[in-house]
Amino acid sequence: MSETKKTLVNAMNGKASRRSVLKAAAAVGVAAPFAAGMLQGGIQSAAAGEDGLAALDLSGLNLSKDYDGQEISVILGADGPAVAWEEALVAKFTEATGIKVNVVRGPESATERLAQYQQLLGAQATDVDAMMIDVIWPGILAPHALDLTAAMDANGQYFERIVANNTVDGTLVGIPWYTDAGLLYWRSDLVEKYGLGQPETWADLEAAAKTIMEGERAENPDFQGFVWQGAAYEGLTCDALEWQVSNGGGHIIEPDGTVSINNPSAIDAFNRAKSWVGTISPEGVTTYKEEDARGVWQDGNAAFMRNWPYAWSLAQADDSVIKGKVGVGLLPKGDGPDAQNAATLGGWQMMASKYSEHPEAAIEFCRFLTSEPVQRAHAIDWSRLPTIEALYDDAAVLEAQPFFGELKPVFLGGAVPRPSTVSADLYNDVSTAYFTAVNEIITGQADAAERVAALETELKDIMAEL
Amino acid sequence: MSAISDVLPADQPPILNMKGGNKPTSAVGRRQERLAWIMLFPSLLVVAVVALYPLFETFRLSLTNTRLASAREPRYVGLENYTDLLTDPLWWSSFQHTVQFTVISVLIETVLGMIIALVINSNFKGRGLVRAAILVPWAIPTVVSATMWQWMYHDVFGVVNDMAVNRLHILPDKVAWIANPSTALWSIIAVDVWKTTPFMALLLLAGLQVIPGDVYEASTVDGANRWQQFWQITLPLVAPALLVALIFRTLDAFRVFDVIFVMKGYATETMSVAVMARQTLIDKARLGEGSAIAAAIFVCISVLVVIYTRLIKIEEA
Repeated sequence: MSETKKTLVNAMNGKASRRSVLKAAAAVGVAAPFAAGMLQGGIQSAAAGEDGLAALDLSGLNLSKDYDGQEISVILGADGPAVAWEEALVAKFTEATGIKVNVVRGPESATERLAQYQQLLGAQATDVDAMMIDVIWPGILAPHALDLTAAMDANGQYFERIVANNTVDGTLVGIPWYTDAGLLYWRSDLVEKYGLGQPETWADLEAAAKTIMEGERAENPDFQGFVWQGAAYEGLTCDALEWQVSNGGGHIIEPDGTVSINNPSAIDAFNRAKSWVGTISPEGVTTYKEEDARGVWQDGNAAFMRNWPYAWSLAQADDSVIKGKVGVGLLPKGDGPDAQNAATLGGWQMMASKYSEHPEAAIEFCRFLTSEPVQRAHAIDWSRLPTIEALYDDAAVLEAQPFFGELKPVFLGGAVPRPSTVSADLYNDVSTAYFTAVNEIITGQADAAERVAALETELKDIMAEL
Repeated sequence: MSAISDVLPADQPPILNMKGGNKPTSAVGRRQERLAWIMLFPSLLVVAVVALYPLFETFRLSLTNTRLASAREPRYVGLENYTDLLTDPLWWSSFQHTVQFTVISVLIETVLGMIIALVINSNFKGRGLVRAAILVPWAIPTVVSATMWQWMYHDVFGVVNDMAVNRLHILPDKVAWIANPSTALWSIIAVDVWKTTPFMALLLLAGLQVIPGDVYEASTVDGANRWQQFWQITLPLVAPALLVALIFRTLDAFRVFDVIFVMKGYATETMSVAVMARQTLIDKARLGEGSAIAAAIFVCISVLVVIYTRLIKIEEA
């Protein structure tokens, strides 16, 4: 078998780096993109472990057997490597309660998923009893949700910020299942090689990225300093919110409804990000989403990356070319007096539908999935961040995911929610206006100060509709 | 209604006349008219259910501020959605991109398609194979080919930059084809041309094949050169097929969604009107405003259809 062919076959089995595949694929021409497309599934499938699932102990949960024989349908994650793991988990629930659960796979894209939920719930469909919802949706889906406060209280103490985010007019729309926060990843081997440390400020990061990039380009002319998510989509809202909050630039819309976007610190933060494009970051970063950034970084072609916690277990998997050379920590802060570390809050919650024919069984399932033992297993096997504070001090979790300890303060104080609760069902309008403006700024189509002033008007118009 | 009268014997008067001029007076004529309506009914019903009703519904929604799955009470807002749309700079920039995309891509596709059709219409060895091979880009689903091109255009690892900078040395530096706002729309047009030229070539080939060979023989005898033959014989005779192909392509191009959505998402510098409609309808869940955009697209398409059908009538006359 030729070298090229071998690489492509390895790619299909998830054994080759993206870069080597693209090189090989370039040699065979048109087959390239297909090969690249195959990579994603391959890389991810390596992450699964089952130690956590094997150690699952449900005895403390007191799951009810009152709903034995009832059948519910639940929408969980998209089709992917976690399916077998989730099915095994759900089987344990059925075994303990007698409730039969049909797991429905939702769309991969969050936007598609929300549209599907809105259609189902808008039609008051009884087909679905519970579903996982994004941290920015409680305001949108609140009219269709059962109150889960009692179920959550039975489970223990969750992070207050996330609970507050999920509470709309006194109703708990979803129990936090796992959480997410923007993190800075770096190549620990390179940071050490050039005698640098973890960047404290954005200026540190820029200098470090430049040093490493210039050094590494002698051998790898395509090496990049810093990759992140710059495409015009929800992910850019997350990145840009971190830039402005870390620079003391406010939260786009404050919890009291004030539109605070038009301030010099936010404008400075956007101008700073614009200066990365084409210097420490590739010009194409303005079209990158999470997996584009991870593709470049995990194949050893970038020094720093902004991404979510899921990237950790993938970067440390056995087939990763940067395994053991990975550092992760808080994103840098700005320079001003109000500068602070900031990480955008992400994550998923379990919601029970108001239109369910078996509401008690649905609530029981939500309680099970978000309970401490399940979150522990999820953290150990999939590096999913727990929403229960105590798990960040849990020995088994910390052994599997040593960086979790450092993240606890992020959720206790730092994780920044997007302005989704205050903008309720108009959040997508707010986010669209925001990421569109920021994308136009970082691609150089608009002047930051002028564009932010226009954005302020747009946001005020949207908020006036509430 | 011409389809019905076409299949009837030539001496029968037209049974259905939309202008209501020639009402059938005889009992036979009336019976036949009734029969025609009965037989038309199922197809009219299907058209009404799958086309007219959704269209009507779209227009109705466009006069309200309905939102998807919202607790808000929908309200009649008159033409407000339309006046808002016409004063929205995003609509006009999207409209401009759509027109630019349509005119340029259809123009290039027509010229290239004609050249390819002329080549594969001539006699050479392996013609069947070439005809089949040329259709490959058209056979690939747009979502797949757009993703494929996205990788080929990749600013750091893409084949296009590798070829242009490292191998052929036609460019000094790598270009972020999709990310750079000044090259993005052109890159997308190139993908559409790559994909759709074969379709154009195929339709034109069908038109070329019905031109009888003796016309060319006669003109050769008269001393016409190849160039004159093309302008005087080929082009006029292929014109009906060309017009049909242009209608297909123009309407298709004006509704462009997939290739732009896959490659650029909601970036404003390449947004087409269909992408804007989707963002408003699905992402923002604004059924009212989104329906107004859909209705506006419908009006634009209708104008194009009227223009083209006029052209065909002139052609036929």
